[in-house]
Amino acid sequence: METTEQFRLDIRNWLIANCPESQRQPIIKDQQIWAGRRRTFYCEDAKLWFERMRDQGWTAPSWPTQYGGGGMSLEQAKILDQEMKALGCRPALYDIGLWMFGPALLEYGTEEQKQEHIPKIVRGEIRWAQGYSEPSAGSDLASLKTRAEDKGKHFIVNGTKMWTTQGDKSDWIFCLVRTDHQAPKQQGISFLLIDMATEGVDARPMELINGDHEFCQTFFDDVKVPKNNLVGNINEGWSVAKALLKYERNMMSIMSSIVEKEEGDIIAIAKRYVGLDSNGKLSNNGLRAQLSEHLMRAQGDALSALRLYQQHKSGVIDGGLGLTMKYLSTSEQQHKDELLLAIMGNRGLSWHDQTFSISEKKTVKNWAYNKAHTIAGGTSEIQLNIIANKALQLPV
Amino acid sequence: MSMVLNEEQRLLKDTIDDFLSTNAPTDQLRRLRDTHDDKGYSIILWNQLTELGVPSILMPKEFGGFGFGFKGLGAVMQSMGRNLTASPLFSTVVLGASAIELGGTASQQQALLPTIAAGQLTLALAIDETHHHQPINTAVRLKERNGQLTITGEKVFVLDGHSADKLVVVVRSSGNPGDTKGLSLVLVDSNAAGLQTNRIQYMDGRNAANIIFNNVRVKQDQVIGELGGAHTIVQHVLDRGVIAISAEMLGGCQEVFDRTLQYLREREQFGVKIGTFQALQHRAAQMFCQLERSKSAVLSALSSLDKNSPDISLQASLAKTLINDCYQHVSNEAIQMHGGMGITDELDIGLFLKRARVSLQILGDSDYHKNRYAQLMGY
Repeated sequence: METTEQFRLDIRNWLIANCPESQRQPIIKDQQIWAGRRRTFYCEDAKLWFERMRDQGWTAPSWPTQYGGGGMSLEQAKILDQEMKALGCRPALYDIGLWMFGPALLEYGTEEQKQEHIPKIVRGEIRWAQGYSEPSAGSDLASLKTRAEDKGKHFIVNGTKMWTTQGDKSDWIFCLVRTDHQAPKQQGISFLLIDMATEGVDARPMELINGDHEFCQTFFDDVKVPKNNLVGNINEGWSVAKALLKYERNMMSIMSSIVEKEEGDIIAIAKRYVGLDSNGKLSNNGLRAQLSEHLMRAQGDALSALRLYQQHKSGVIDGGLGLTMKYLSTSEQQHKDELLLAIMGNRGLSWHDQTFSISEKKTVKNWAYNKAHTIAGGTSEIQLNIIANKALQLPV
Repeated sequence: MSMVLNEEQRLLKDTIDDFLSTNAPTDQLRRLRDTHDDKGYSIILWNQLTELGVPSILMPKEFGGFGFGFKGLGAVMQSMGRNLTASPLFSTVVLGASAIELGGTASQQQALLPTIAAGQLTLALAIDETHHHQPINTAVRLKERNGQLTITGEKVFVLDGHSADKLVVVVRSSGNPGDTKGLSLVLVDSNAAGLQTNRIQYMDGRNAANIIFNNVRVKQDQVIGELGGAHTIVQHVLDRGVIAISAEMLGGCQEVFDRTLQYLREREQFGVKIGTFQALQHRAAQMFCQLERSKSAVLSALSSLDKNSPDISLQASLAKTLINDCYQHVSNEAIQMHGGMGITDELDIGLFLKRARVSLQILGDSDYHKNRYAQLMGY
């Protein structure tokens, strides 16, 4: 049995030998390698790095090797993650399938479904999108109306999904659809996989408050879907969706660790925009205190993440720590964005004009975009409801 | 090192929780408060705690200690916070004994530490000189004339200074207020000639003292550590103290929060439990989030002391700031959610409110620690 330290050393040596220098720089949004039929590489190094990681199965290090995964234990996968972070290696592949859908399919899918979809996710060949929310089903997701009618060998799907991330660039979509209109809300829902190249699927980008078009509204007009694209039993899709939610939280933490690279920078930014006095203190006392408050809260949250990990590892889980994380980290991100704007003053007020630098524009756009954090994946208010009822056992 | 307790520490925690909830409930604090008890803590309880080994919890094994470490201490402090237990543990063991352990000579350690472990000696740290904690600004002088050291000046708000057997006094032997160089630590008997002690009773029932030093004579063997070079020791003692008091506050904060939740589950108005109201549920959930975040910081800080991490000071300021703000917020909400009964002395909620405010000031309020955090982070 290989010791943990030897394993760590082997991983580190492999990464040093195989990760090109250009792929050890902090990741920029435009240079992320997203999965899919229309996958592109902005440079040769990125392609090389992706292919090397893919061939090891390390795009999905803890998935079984029979589906192309890395076959690592969770502990080993964490070591890989730690070593990649320590060396500054960029994530080799980005995909919702990799973070959320794949783990759920491994848990709930048929052998045939796993054989068909998992290897393509590991190899980054298919980009997955999520089809949950609808124009009139947001926080109250179970009121969704998109329906799939049983036509014997296939379903016919009609309806519309909102907030399909990069829907126009995605290949497949996992959807919640209504298959029984008579049953109580949550009991008539099924979990269905739809190839977005099918006739009748149309993903139309929506413009957001930051000028971007990351999300689509996706329309389904008499779309024919084979029966074996159903995951789990008919009318039991809600439990699959709930299982997937826990992976969504993992995804949030992956996403936040990607952002982490910039985290320390807020101090440098504050020094640059506010300046230091002769004692080496930020010239603006109010901003200095606000900066400490933000950094302390953020450090507290990072320690909570570590504590949660240690709890799981030791098997001593006390109470609802995990339930607090989404609410806290998303609110804190918004505090940080507001603080960045305050620090930048008038230089934090636009992403249009050439007066502003690229990073200034990016910061302001993120400030606007990150308003979504406390809404997407369960609004803050829903999180508080869950905490009150589950962790605090307050009466309903 | 983990923020989760190991088997041994969990056992210690359960023992202390059981013991304190039986032997030192809030009633005891009320009695000490209302009778203006001379010491401000129960001698009987301190003797019992000594039998359980509490004063030796940190002490190295060679001085009769148990070596449970800071996570063990943290469990005891949290339990004391939950029960509002008054005891000499903080002043004597966390502050006083730490100064001797970290800065004392072998003979000072031999002479004092086993006596402390046996519950026979109490100490107090005399450091502050104004109503705000600002240790670097120490101005009280240790003067030397013809080989004779003397202290003249006043130390204020010395925790447990009214009852301690000896004082560990932070003085300036050279330099000016604001200098890190020139700080010294001296050990002074509380009945030394020229020393005048005025007791202060705080609103939470705990005690402190203003202490005037009038030409108090100090011998060489009363100096702890190097003359003029005590800054590092003082810092380390204060970091231990900041983290330990944060653990006590965490316990108190959790207790007053739990009691409030229980009230929300039981109290009825408009024909329903008030805990069904979303306005209250969300505020309770927000408190829980803040409490869990603070808890992570406190547990991590305790663990950083056990590991002797390089960032202990940063973690100390982080923990104190987060738990300061949390305890302040939660104790206010606790009063509000208990309605009219919350502002009566009959309920214990007010006792937690007052303990929160007093402990907020101990070894630095949030402004002090935010500023220190900023300095340590270099901005």
